[in-house]
Amino acid sequence: MPADSLVKITDVNFAYDDRSILKGIDMEIPRGKLVAIMGNSGCGKTTLLRLIGGQLKPTSGELLVDGQSVPAMKHDELYAMRRRMGMLFQFGALFTDISVFDNVAYLMREHTNLPEEVIRDMVLMKLNAVGLRGAHHLMPAELSGGMARRVALARAIALDPMLIMYDEPFAGLDPISMGVIGQLIRKLNDALGATTILVTHDVQEALLIVDYVYFVSDGQIVAQGTPDDIRASSDPFVHQFVFGEADGPVHFHYPAAPFEQELMREVAGA
Amino acid sequence: MLKWTSSVLIELVRSAGHRMNNALQTLGFAARFFMLILVYSGQSFRRLHLTIREIYFVGFQSLLIILVSGLFIGMVLGMQGYETLQRYGSSEALGVLVALSLTRELGPVVSALLFASRAGSSITAEIGLMKATEQLTAMDMMAVNPIARVVAPRFWGGVISMPLLAALFSAIGVFGGYLIGVVLIGVDEGAFWSQMQGSVDFRFDVWNGIVKSFVFGTAVSLIAVFEGYDAVPTAEGVSASIKRTVVYSALAILALDFVLTSFMFRGV
Repeated sequence: MPADSLVKITDVNFAYDDRSILKGIDMEIPRGKLVAIMGNSGCGKTTLLRLIGGQLKPTSGELLVDGQSVPAMKHDELYAMRRRMGMLFQFGALFTDISVFDNVAYLMREHTNLPEEVIRDMVLMKLNAVGLRGAHHLMPAELSGGMARRVALARAIALDPMLIMYDEPFAGLDPISMGVIGQLIRKLNDALGATTILVTHDVQEALLIVDYVYFVSDGQIVAQGTPDDIRASSDPFVHQFVFGEADGPVHFHYPAAPFEQELMREVAGA
Repeated sequence: MLKWTSSVLIELVRSAGHRMNNALQTLGFAARFFMLILVYSGQSFRRLHLTIREIYFVGFQSLLIILVSGLFIGMVLGMQGYETLQRYGSSEALGVLVALSLTRELGPVVSALLFASRAGSSITAEIGLMKATEQLTAMDMMAVNPIARVVAPRFWGGVISMPLLAALFSAIGVFGGYLIGVVLIGVDEGAFWSQMQGSVDFRFDVWNGIVKSFVFGTAVSLIAVFEGYDAVPTAEGVSASIKRTVVYSALAILALDFVLTSFMFRGV
């Protein structure tokens, strides 16, 4: 990994009350790169994004974005940093009471004093980049899942952010939309000269577009490497994950007493 | 037996303590939330169109139910009032009875109850659904403060609309009383209006009614935005929040009305 990292996470721990979510995470996201954080559901991937965005504070450890400590930021500093970030939420989180155009224009109107004609041109440029210029007049309820995700993508890049974070951008999409979103994520990262963090459990789609992968399981990084390293890995967790095997280091069964014992207890109870 | 009784008692005390603790925590959060609304109101008022839009949604769109209810309540007051007053030979005082009942009590209270169920519930549903679909989180991540952008305009929209709606409720109610008392039953029109004019004091009756409706508007709007913002972000969570908005608002209106009335109209 190059020395110039946009995001640097050192020995970060996080817990909800006494339920530990992240345990000693070390991670670096180099500038200009597209890095994926993968892992099974509930392993702490989204929590990691919320920590980077400053919505949660780590229990311990250091978390730097562009050289500044995120947990130490005051409200105004945090908002100043977030203006340079774009985030795509799992189901888009579009504002349902305004049109596609207004959704993309939202940040420009909130954070700049640009005249409406300039905003119009910029919005159409962003929508054109995701192929939805023709849908600018539609309301979010009129969009398909894939289209809504693309509009949310256009909104996330509205102010040309330095860091773009995607939370499960492929969830619930058909294969065509998935491919389209994957290609857009790569192209937008390169075209904007931004840095991208992609949180997903969709291994095959992600391995096609990313530069580096971190695997998280049970709040810890269990494997990392380039897509080629990952494909060639003999690590049992990575193997199970990449090939989608039902059982392995991640067990199919939720922890329970032996089945036979459980059945006998039922009989004894009756 | 003793062991069982003591464990039940401990469980009762534990559960009561837990409930009390939760209630105090929610109350503390609501108070802090109210302070934040006031702090961010400046930011919100700089974009006045946001508040005006909310006045349209919660105020203007509640007009129909307020006016229709006001008219009917005024008409019922006219009938019942005449029925009682004529027994004592003072049916000319019908105008005074209708106007005082409406401006002092029924106008502010009934319109606030209607406002809570029509506008309060919709504010809670809207904010709760925005939370459930991560729109509020998205806004916060875009460095746009959801309290300034979403909550404060809705709160002020309600606070500003409520006294206006209560005033219209009372006005149309008086007209309803007039329709029944004067036009239908035939009470003397001159007596109806002149006695009303002579007995209803602007500062004492009308102004106190306006103060009441302002207090109710503040309470209902605060409960509505708080319940939406504090909703558990699921379908059941939002539905439970809407229910709480209507129930808490109604209880708050009635309790506040009792307190305000006892301060405003002592011995009069």
